[in-house]
Amino acid sequence: MTPRFTAQGVTLGLATLVPVAFLAVFFVLPVSGMLGRGFFPDGSLDLSGVPDVLGRTRTLRVLWFTLWSSAAGTALTLALGLPVAFVLYRLRFPGRGLLRALVVMPFVLPTVVVGVMFRSLLSRGGPLGVLGWDGTWVPILLAFVFFNLAVVVRTVGGMWEGLDRRAEESAAALGATPWQVWRSVTLPALTPAVVSAGTLVFLFCSTAFGVVLTLGGLRYGTVETEIYLLTTQFLDLQGAAVLSVLQLAAVVVMLALAARTRRSRERGLARVGATAAARRPRRDDIPALVATALAVAFVLLPVGSLVVRSLRRAGGWTLANYRMLADPGSTPVLRVSVVQAVENSLRTAVDATVLAMVLGLVVALVVSRRPGQRLWAGVVSALDGAFMLPLGISAVTVGFGFLITLDRPPLDLRTSPVLVPVAQAMVALPLVVRTLAPVLRSVDPRQREAAAALGAGPWRAAWTTEAPVLARPLLAATGFAFAVSLGEFGATSFLARPDRPTVPVVIYQLISRPGAENLGMALAASVVLALLTVTVMGVVERLRVGSVGTF
Amino acid sequence: MLELEGVTVRFGGTTAVEDVSLRVGAGSVLAVLGPSGCGKSTLLRAVAGLERLDAGTVRWEGRDLAGVPTHERGFALMFQDGQLFAHASVAQNIDYPLRLRRAGRAERTRRVEELLELVGLPGYGDRRPATLSGGEQQRVALARSLAADPVLLLLDEPLSALDRSLRDRLAGDLREILVATGTTALLVTHDHDEAFTVADRMAVMLAGSVAQEGPSSEVWRAPATRDVAEFVGFETFLSGAPLLAFRRAAGASGDPPTGTLALRRAALRVDASGQLRGIVRRAVTVSDAVQLQVDVEGVGAMAATTQDAGIRRGDHVALRADLSLSAYVFSGNHQNNG
Repeated sequence: MTPRFTAQGVTLGLATLVPVAFLAVFFVLPVSGMLGRGFFPDGSLDLSGVPDVLGRTRTLRVLWFTLWSSAAGTALTLALGLPVAFVLYRLRFPGRGLLRALVVMPFVLPTVVVGVMFRSLLSRGGPLGVLGWDGTWVPILLAFVFFNLAVVVRTVGGMWEGLDRRAEESAAALGATPWQVWRSVTLPALTPAVVSAGTLVFLFCSTAFGVVLTLGGLRYGTVETEIYLLTTQFLDLQGAAVLSVLQLAAVVVMLALAARTRRSRERGLARVGATAAARRPRRDDIPALVATALAVAFVLLPVGSLVVRSLRRAGGWTLANYRMLADPGSTPVLRVSVVQAVENSLRTAVDATVLAMVLGLVVALVVSRRPGQRLWAGVVSALDGAFMLPLGISAVTVGFGFLITLDRPPLDLRTSPVLVPVAQAMVALPLVVRTLAPVLRSVDPRQREAAAALGAGPWRAAWTTEAPVLARPLLAATGFAFAVSLGEFGATSFLARPDRPTVPVVIYQLISRPGAENLGMALAASVVLALLTVTVMGVVERLRVGSVGTF
Repeated sequence: MLELEGVTVRFGGTTAVEDVSLRVGAGSVLAVLGPSGCGKSTLLRAVAGLERLDAGTVRWEGRDLAGVPTHERGFALMFQDGQLFAHASVAQNIDYPLRLRRAGRAERTRRVEELLELVGLPGYGDRRPATLSGGEQQRVALARSLAADPVLLLLDEPLSALDRSLRDRLAGDLREILVATGTTALLVTHDHDEAFTVADRMAVMLAGSVAQEGPSSEVWRAPATRDVAEFVGFETFLSGAPLLAFRRAAGASGDPPTGTLALRRAALRVDASGQLRGIVRRAVTVSDAVQLQVDVEGVGAMAATTQDAGIRRGDHVALRADLSLSAYVFSGNHQNNG
């Protein structure tokens, strides 16, 4: 660090302590508490269960399913996402903005809602019920693709959009066929983005919880749902701990991979303005356009089916499902009305968003500095990685860890209403950092130096050069954090008190019980929740902040 | 007065600036001239307080600046690419240092207009930097730097990003503005024309160290080493037998001083009355002359020039030497003949 930033460095360092403490108390402590219960059942290390847990046929089945379903989900998502990224970011046509928003929408839909959507589509009586896919692994795979398409389209599309077309043109001028151009120029340039997106999709698939729980029932489980079942149903904490550690190791490896490709992505590739690169569609774009049409249909079908079925009951059109949302006595399953749950959801989401934004801004500021000394550069990059961890670690582990570690003074928070927003903020935090940090890093450090040379102190210099570019990403990240908090299910399902449930929790409770009325209400509540998140994200999309959803 | 003494800056294992000592007197302009990668920009950043010194001192008016942060030094630094604040208008950019000093509104408005006038951009106040040409952006950057009323202006390749004709014109303007405002300045550049036009004195920096320092005309006329001579545009280097042959043919008398004779291209002109004879190996027409590569009898390959566009490869020509455009230098690191 250059001498002039020392005072600022100290202040920033102190400010970092707040998010670090937050991470320590609300992430490291619960996770390690959970692991401690598993590995130190009687106060001393007991690893005898490890081979036992790993040797069970059930565990092997779960591991195998997690692996192949994630791999297949990733491959399918990439296969569908690449042509869509090409069409939406490389071609210019009317309605492109709308399609981009549409394709991104599923990513912010609450996992439980996605689960309900696919059930409404594929269950008996649904539009595609005749396929007989309900209760098989097919809906899980489809939901993976549905959910993660946005990750591929935005990560790869964002890269593709800025690629200088002249590299492709010069290859063509040298006599390369379109296929050779794609193989030798375009694909290598996109590889880092493809690898980065693929890694993240695999990560999201392999740690998916809400989707698998709602669609897989008890027949198909992933490591994440297995941890949930072991802790809540069988009280087998050791088994859960073993699986958590396994998942943790896999996640760290995947995050490191993603970080490496991201770094290589950030360095030198000729990039040009998006308007210069996009062109009008041609005849040979037809296959990609067809794939895009398929993707759009694939996104719209479950959504449409959800909306339609929420408006029907006993073979007729009705608003009964929606009317029941306001009535606390409408079903014995719930202790409060769904409208009250919406209120709870909004209130916790506001708290979680404020928390995530304040902490995320501090982290983004710190990780976007480039200290000269190797030691501090190392600390900064370690922080960068540490705050990505909650993105991949089992929300179930965190949620259950909260319950077993934050249950005694001075941190007796079991009954405190702060637990839910804290857990949701933890989930939203990496996304906030991912949205803000790249923007801050994109500011030429010489801008700050120029301001300093004109007489501005370090803080003033940072304010002058960084605040103007940060305004919109801040708004976008706020919206993103809010949408994520609204839909969070994994940790919330553990922490929400029965008399103060959030909407995803309510939806899950409704669909876990039989009865047409319960299902109808779940569908209607899903529509309401989806509308909420999509509205928030629609506003974000209007801000046109490129880095949202690209990690 | 700015005094550098033994300034050394290292990045990890590599030494970017090694033991540099320089002085810039009040009101004068010093150009640090060197090829890209010689460490000159690092030296400038060290003076600005943007790089930490590994050894040596930077003093201003006798006061050691170690530990004084950039914004308290009172120096303004103008970057090669201006680094204007893209989100602010031209007037807001120039106004920035004035606002930092909490100048009154009326004074700020007056000063911004005055500076826009000075750099030849009156009425540009409401424009955005992105709508300006490269040359205009640099003018605004200069105005912004001057608005800080710097005791010392640091210029990092201020004109290098511009095309040739614009650069020549702006270099003249820059010189006039610096003289008119009596600004003390340290300029860093790889372009010797720019250095000559703008500065009073120059320091040639090669591989991290200052190879020669002095009045511009002196460095131009009498480079100290061969490397410096090569860098400031000497093209032919003679020593040993070719040197003696050349001196004889050129009509010089007495023993030659020790060292290598360095000649500018203009020192050897095609002239029917000249005493040197040679065969043209290459003739290249540039904007205002024809550059020749001539095999001179008894001497060898030499760079020469002519105004006669009719001269072709293979022609036999007579040449006249002008020793006022030559200098004796000590061999630098290069041993091969130019």
